[in-house]
Amino acid sequence: MKPLHELTIAEIQLLLQQKQFSSREITGHFLDRIAQQNSIYNCYISVDNDGALNAADAADKAIATGANGPLLGVPFAHKDIFCTQGVKTTCGSKMLDNFIPPYDATVVAKMKAEGAVMLGKTNMDEFAMGSSNETSYFGSVKNPWDLETVPGGSSGGSAAAVAARLAPAATGTDTGGSIRQPAALCGITGLKPTYGRVSRYGMIAFASSLDQAGPMTRTAEDAAILLNSMSGFDAKDSTCTDIAVPDYTATLNQSIKGLKIGIPKEYFDERLDATMAATVQTALAELEKLGAILVDIELPNSALSVPAYYVIAPAEASSNLSRFDGVRYGYRCDNPKDLEDLYTRTRTEGFGEEVKRRILVGAYALSAGYYDAYYRKAQQVRRLIKQDFVSAFEKVDIIAGPTSPSPAFKFGEKGDDPVAMYLEDIYTIAVNLAGLPAMSLPAGTMNNMPVGLQLVGNYFAEQQLLNTAHQFQTVTDWHHQSPVTE
Amino acid sequence: MTITPEQIAITAGLAKLKIDGDEAIEVAKRIGAILELVDQMQAVDTSNVEPMANSLDAVQRLRVDAAIQPENPIDVRDTLQQIAPATEDGLYLVPKVID
Amino acid sequence: MQWETVIGLEVHVQLSTQSKIFSGSSTAFGAAPNTQADVVDLALPGTLPVANLQAFKSAIMFGLAIDAEIGKESVFERKNYFYPDLPKGYQTTQLEKPIVGLGYISIPTAVEGEIKQVRIHHAHLEEDAGKSLHEDFHGMTGIDLNRAGTPLIEIVSEPDMRSSAEAIAFLKKVHAIVTYLGISDGDMSQGSLRCDANVSIRPMGEEKLGTRTEIKNLNSFRFIERAIHVEVDRQIDLLESGGVIKQETRLYDSDKNETRSMRSKEEANDYRYFPCPDLLPVIIDDQTIEELRAIMPELPEQKLQRFQEQFSLSAYDASILTEQRSIAEFFETATTHCGDAKLSANWVMGELSGYLNKHDLTIEQSPVSAEQLGALIGRIKDNTISGKIAKQVFEAMCSNEGSADEIIEAKGLKQVSDSGAIEAMVDEVINNSPDQVAQYRAAEPDKRKKLIGFFVGQIMKASKGQANPGQVNQILAKKLNA
Repeated sequence: MKPLHELTIAEIQLLLQQKQFSSREITGHFLDRIAQQNSIYNCYISVDNDGALNAADAADKAIATGANGPLLGVPFAHKDIFCTQGVKTTCGSKMLDNFIPPYDATVVAKMKAEGAVMLGKTNMDEFAMGSSNETSYFGSVKNPWDLETVPGGSSGGSAAAVAARLAPAATGTDTGGSIRQPAALCGITGLKPTYGRVSRYGMIAFASSLDQAGPMTRTAEDAAILLNSMSGFDAKDSTCTDIAVPDYTATLNQSIKGLKIGIPKEYFDERLDATMAATVQTALAELEKLGAILVDIELPNSALSVPAYYVIAPAEASSNLSRFDGVRYGYRCDNPKDLEDLYTRTRTEGFGEEVKRRILVGAYALSAGYYDAYYRKAQQVRRLIKQDFVSAFEKVDIIAGPTSPSPAFKFGEKGDDPVAMYLEDIYTIAVNLAGLPAMSLPAGTMNNMPVGLQLVGNYFAEQQLLNTAHQFQTVTDWHHQSPVTE
Repeated sequence: MTITPEQIAITAGLAKLKIDGDEAIEVAKRIGAILELVDQMQAVDTSNVEPMANSLDAVQRLRVDAAIQPENPIDVRDTLQQIAPATEDGLYLVPKVID
Repeated sequence: MQWETVIGLEVHVQLSTQSKIFSGSSTAFGAAPNTQADVVDLALPGTLPVANLQAFKSAIMFGLAIDAEIGKESVFERKNYFYPDLPKGYQTTQLEKPIVGLGYISIPTAVEGEIKQVRIHHAHLEEDAGKSLHEDFHGMTGIDLNRAGTPLIEIVSEPDMRSSAEAIAFLKKVHAIVTYLGISDGDMSQGSLRCDANVSIRPMGEEKLGTRTEIKNLNSFRFIERAIHVEVDRQIDLLESGGVIKQETRLYDSDKNETRSMRSKEEANDYRYFPCPDLLPVIIDDQTIEELRAIMPELPEQKLQRFQEQFSLSAYDASILTEQRSIAEFFETATTHCGDAKLSANWVMGELSGYLNKHDLTIEQSPVSAEQLGALIGRIKDNTISGKIAKQVFEAMCSNEGSADEIIEAKGLKQVSDSGAIEAMVDEVINNSPDQVAQYRAAEPDKRKKLIGFFVGQIMKASKGQANPGQVNQILAKKLNA
């Protein structure tokens, strides 16, 4: 048998049922690895040893009485953006360094109900604002493939934990690429579902109209298993749809013969590094071998997605983050001399630089005299971007391209130029603006660093995405490559 | 569009952040670069485009009016206030509010 | 110079839903601090609002009652500002697409019988804020969020009122409409109906509006009237002494009976409104509107009309009786029980309201129920007691001494209608008053009417008020004229 930390969720579940090992054993194994190696990668902010072992024991007891379930007794990690009752939830910020939620996010509650075992909470860019994990109050996460490089962000802790085999799988959230880009940079599989597929309740909001939670796993099969558990109607989130959730694992093995894959010319223009382009083309050729038909398409407004995003996301964030005022929870400055001082010092001391920058951009875009030129304009551009996709999906089933313009970059490489960092998400952001589902799959390497292939599906077509991804993974082994030797 | 350090200070005030002096000059430079990026949108004609607030153009589902009464509301409150920086007699405390 | 007062009102009405507008917390008044504030109301990170259907239904019913356009697409926006009673750092409200559009509310004017239409610019749904308690917590302010998230409709009028009396009439009408609809308890003492007044003055005949001030948070009819008066006086004094009015928010201080500038509201505010991304547009279809229209209760104006037609009441009586739904219903129930609308109207507007005013009670707190009052009036109508005795019985009923019949029986107050007994009393009085009899008989017939009063008085005194006055008059006239 493979070492326990090399097993996928699907394998763990099977072996737990076969009593090859107990949930306590595999949970303990991961907790030991975290204890030994987290200091290398810094991918966990909190580790819940007791909670994990208790959940593992409960799962073992249930298994002993014949219970079965795809996540029963399976260890995993939550991004530290999901509220977990009784377990510190920081969102990567000093503002919430002391915050122990009195309630569970819906995603947390669903996975708990299925007997999944949460190992801990993973590191992230502060309030999910970042593409490199460098904005976390708890220090940046190291990419397990090269400790000098970033893991991507904002779900960098989750991506690194899965890549470093410190968790078989993790949850993430994606507002502008925060699942897909770190998945690409760390060589794992990540899925951002259709907006409204997964409840946002209890997931600390960055940009409400863009945020969506999803699985970060080794394989497409595991992503399907996790998505089965995470998605579905929630009365507590009125943006969550009540469209029935199919069994995403049921269709993984279908043939993709005849599948039409659109290749947007805008994603392969001069801005994309030639080696990256070649790597992605090779991956696309694999899909072609499986019977898919590649079709050239256009997404003419895609260049506008970064500008529109950097109005909409900061605008929503500036308002969403107003609740952090030092009154009911979270950080509060010492000895405020009056109310104004309480607010201003709490927020100035509690938020990091990038968060403050985005709050400012957002507040500015919404302020009197600028609303029409910025916010309203961005919402109009957003519709144009959506229409591009709607037209494209009249011709093709899936759209494919690179996840990120380059593999993982070095710490500090983007310097303090926020715009350079923002362009890191150039291929992922349009998908959030349009609300579509998309995945990133390990699809090769460049300079020994993982390269991600992005697949974008039509609304609620996660089944088709996962099917395509799984088929790709039956003929490639990039997703099995590991940066760790022990 | 550019943004001045004064505008930065005013906007920071709206957001209850303190950014002034040299910091405002520095922040204005960076935010100016972001606004420049954002201004690429202005080149597109959107005069006949309806703004899109929600990607699915979905409509709101409303909730049936029913109150949830906790069995022991004082206990629930006390639990919720355990994470609060300052409370007394069940109230959240803030520096004196002057109308 | 002759000045004209111009008033526009913003009325906040708390809707009497079970739960809050965006959370399942109870809206009941008076609970221990922060025991009706759940994780959503406290704006814990990650929590989300889910809007209350009943709040929409209530707002739509209000819209139908004022003949307003109903917003088929209704959108919540965020009004961003920091205040300790506002946990999210924004108030969820409506701006561009409110649920209720242009409508009208008619009010009586100073001219008898004249009705005026006040335009309603729009009415929108929003959430109430919590409360700041300024008692001394070591120099700190305490925040109670029980009220945070209570659904409100804010009714915004055009500046169509010209006196504080019209403003009060408008508010009373709003109060009547929302209580008739049953969408609010309208209890001003608990803050269920609050009002901000935009007040300006202009030279009589001038078209252009003067600079207005906004007087905040007026929560009783009396204070609204007084606040408008003192503010108008202040503005006149200021303009006549060469000053200028500053557009600002002012607070009415009822202790000093003056308005003063609110410093906290003076800071430049930029609310950065934008559509709330957590709350999608609400689409109201025609079917919903028609279903609500079908269940609309009778409105004040319809009831007023009906009372005049069905009960032959004067316009004045009908308008007093229909000002409050509870009074109108009390009157109608009493009438059903006694069968005499005129008598019921007199009793409800007279004795009953006198008693309630004197004891500072609302009609809901009346010690005598509508059925009980109806039974009492029934005894006047069937001549068991006289109107005068009835007042005595009513007092006793108010002191919980029993039903009308029980009190009449126990105190032996039944009217004497035995003509033999009355004749005996009449004879006795005539015999004991020879001078008055002579005077009466000498008088011209048209003066006699006045003189007969003496004899009636004597007889009623002798009978302790229980002699049937009709019979007394009849027998007296017969004997004196004989």
